[in-house]
Amino acid sequence: MKALLFGNEAIARGAYEGGVQVATGYPGTPSSEILENISAYKEIYSEWSTNEKVAMDVAIGAAYAGRRAIVTMKSVGMNVAADSIFYVVYTGLEAGLVIVTADDPGMFSSQNEQDNRHYAKMAKMPLLEPADSQEAKDLVILGLEVSEKFDTPVLLRTTMRISHSKSAVKLGERIEVGSEAKPFVRNPHKYVCTALWARARHPVVEQRMKQLAEYAETFPYNRLELRDRSLGIVSSGAVYQYAREVFPEASFLKLTMTYPLPRQLVRRFAEEVARVIVIEELDPFLEEEISLMGIRTPGKAIFPPVGELLPHTIEERAIEAGLLPNARAIATHHVTPLNLPERSPVLCPGCPHRSVFYVLKKLNVVVTGDIGCYNLGALPPFSATHTMGCMGASIGVAHGLDKAGIPDEFVAVIGDSTFFHAGIPPLLNIVHNKGKSTVILLDNRTTAMTGHQDHPGTNTTLMGEETEEVGLEPLVRAMGVKEVRVVDPWNLDEVERGIRNCLDHDGPAVLIVSGPCVFVGAERGPAYEVDSDMCNGCGLCFRLGCPAIVQSEEMDLKRKRPKAEIDKVLCFGCDLCAQLCPCDAIRANDDTS
Amino acid sequence: MEGFNFLLAGVGGQGTVLASDVLAEVGMEAGYDVKKSDVLGLAVRGGSVVSHIRWGETVHSPVITEGQVDYLVGFEMLEGLRWLKQLKPQGTVVVNRQRIPPVSVISGEAIYPSDQEIIDALSMTTKHYYLIPGLMLAQKLGNAKVVNLILLGSLSVLLKISAGIWEGAINRTVPTNLVDLNLKAFHAGRSAMKEIRNS
Repeated sequence: MKALLFGNEAIARGAYEGGVQVATGYPGTPSSEILENISAYKEIYSEWSTNEKVAMDVAIGAAYAGRRAIVTMKSVGMNVAADSIFYVVYTGLEAGLVIVTADDPGMFSSQNEQDNRHYAKMAKMPLLEPADSQEAKDLVILGLEVSEKFDTPVLLRTTMRISHSKSAVKLGERIEVGSEAKPFVRNPHKYVCTALWARARHPVVEQRMKQLAEYAETFPYNRLELRDRSLGIVSSGAVYQYAREVFPEASFLKLTMTYPLPRQLVRRFAEEVARVIVIEELDPFLEEEISLMGIRTPGKAIFPPVGELLPHTIEERAIEAGLLPNARAIATHHVTPLNLPERSPVLCPGCPHRSVFYVLKKLNVVVTGDIGCYNLGALPPFSATHTMGCMGASIGVAHGLDKAGIPDEFVAVIGDSTFFHAGIPPLLNIVHNKGKSTVILLDNRTTAMTGHQDHPGTNTTLMGEETEEVGLEPLVRAMGVKEVRVVDPWNLDEVERGIRNCLDHDGPAVLIVSGPCVFVGAERGPAYEVDSDMCNGCGLCFRLGCPAIVQSEEMDLKRKRPKAEIDKVLCFGCDLCAQLCPCDAIRANDDTS
Repeated sequence: MEGFNFLLAGVGGQGTVLASDVLAEVGMEAGYDVKKSDVLGLAVRGGSVVSHIRWGETVHSPVITEGQVDYLVGFEMLEGLRWLKQLKPQGTVVVNRQRIPPVSVISGEAIYPSDQEIIDALSMTTKHYYLIPGLMLAQKLGNAKVVNLILLGSLSVLLKISAGIWEGAINRTVPTNLVDLNLKAFHAGRSAMKEIRNS
């Protein structure tokens, strides 16, 4: 049976068919759907772990216990998991372990454009790169086998275009492996990475890489495609697909196991064709490896190392480099350039983050931000966030501002899921080191930005079981913070008073702004409406950046400014605009449904 | 076998991805090799959403090369216009006659193009453009969210694939309790396009 599957669905299917028994991860675009799809297979235990490092350790524990395991994360999530990845390469495992990294060339939803293929080389483990959904599924199953055969974790690297594209996949049956738990294998010389014993493991790792390099020569998904011999292209992943369309006649070396490199295969290809070029997205990973063999392979001299390498760019750069005749340039017809307004994502109507950023802008404080929807507070109309680096950075950076002694008032802003992920150690650090920062916890009861996954502060697991809900307030108090306040996000005065009190407190202070995301249980109220006779066009409500509040066609004649109007379909009835309106022109309309 | 490239462009929350899933299923059922690619950005609502769907004998890239779109479906007018440059010469545009102003427009920093500007841009690009009153038709059916299936219905009139194949794909793709509503929307979109083509 064939089905059209996203790359992420296909990876989940591969985990199912490949007999995976434990699957872990932390949400992160473009990886999140892998684990969500795995959770639909009841044969597999799956969980959202608190962060990628925890997820990694859990999957390693399962693989040590002889159960096939998979762990999923986005590109930058691998930085968090890295500490654990490096030790499992030394120990090896008792059952297959596949690590999935979903990279984000083009930075559609990431803070950088890192190329995680380097992790395979640095940690010393095999690297597989699927070029469509069928390969994504197959490589999970094959990856588990390679993992067991060579006693190593295997890195499966997708990119957004593989994860979020659909193509046809042949579905198979599940292989049951190791369905009964065996007693734990007590082998401390292998599994205890104390320097004394780990030292003996390093040569094992080096030897294993040599064996893997030999295996790569016969890896079934590395493929020579010989056509016109004047040009030979080495490529992998989604870019292979683009390049095939741009160069339909050229010969290809389609690499799928890209580390360690199958050197003999590359050499054979180079001998078959007059000229070899590498087409790859982001860093010159293959190009450097091939250049080391003494084969001249221009890659980044032609194709940019920045952004997605889409078919159009490949074609343009190939023409510039003389690889394609100029006549092939498609005559693009130019449309009258209308100046089209940008459409940035916005906080939803009814979002509990809106009041906080409205107040932060009003108070004109320095804000250290973090990863989540609330990063939209950096954009107009708020423009209220001044730093944002990675998960959990807000709190440590704020403490740095504190100890540096800036004259400005400042706060750190971090979401609930992000706080559980990486915010606890830096808050403990503030308490221990006598810091005086204010930390605002935006507790919207979900991991909103990645698609509303549960976390330790919610009462449901990924598999749908009811569980202990970790309360932020008792947690923060237990960490030694004395000044802790909880406020209602839909009460502007309360939010402002709460922030003011925390800023005035002489010591660490935490403000928990507690209200659910509109997608996970916030209750929709009656839609509001503007009494146009009372609206004077002051525009204060527009500063809330609510998509439901639009400019009316009616102008206020005195101010010569458009009056406000509320889109009844979009309005969530949160009341913030009514609290703000100085003319009392905005009211709930209880007649609307 | 002749191939087709479809670009579906809308605003988060409009059901663009579901529509692209249906379109991909229709292509597969009709015997094409099919690939599709979604660009969603953040999972929050209100941003631009774009889906590429490709039907062909063998499809390598899930992404359509610039200027190679056969059918552009705009789920609201601004997003339709944004991708006009991707259209093949004299390609086809189906646009929902709806305006969803972005925040830059609401805050007064930018201006949403006027109806005349929109029609001028369309007519200068291609003879084959159709404006569908999607939101109005959806509201008639009692659910503003079925604009996506109305637009697919309108598009379906332009393709030589039987309505049965479309209905089957809708059946398999949308949630069971919403199949009837979505089929109604699909047929409302078909009728609207037939009327436009006959007038």
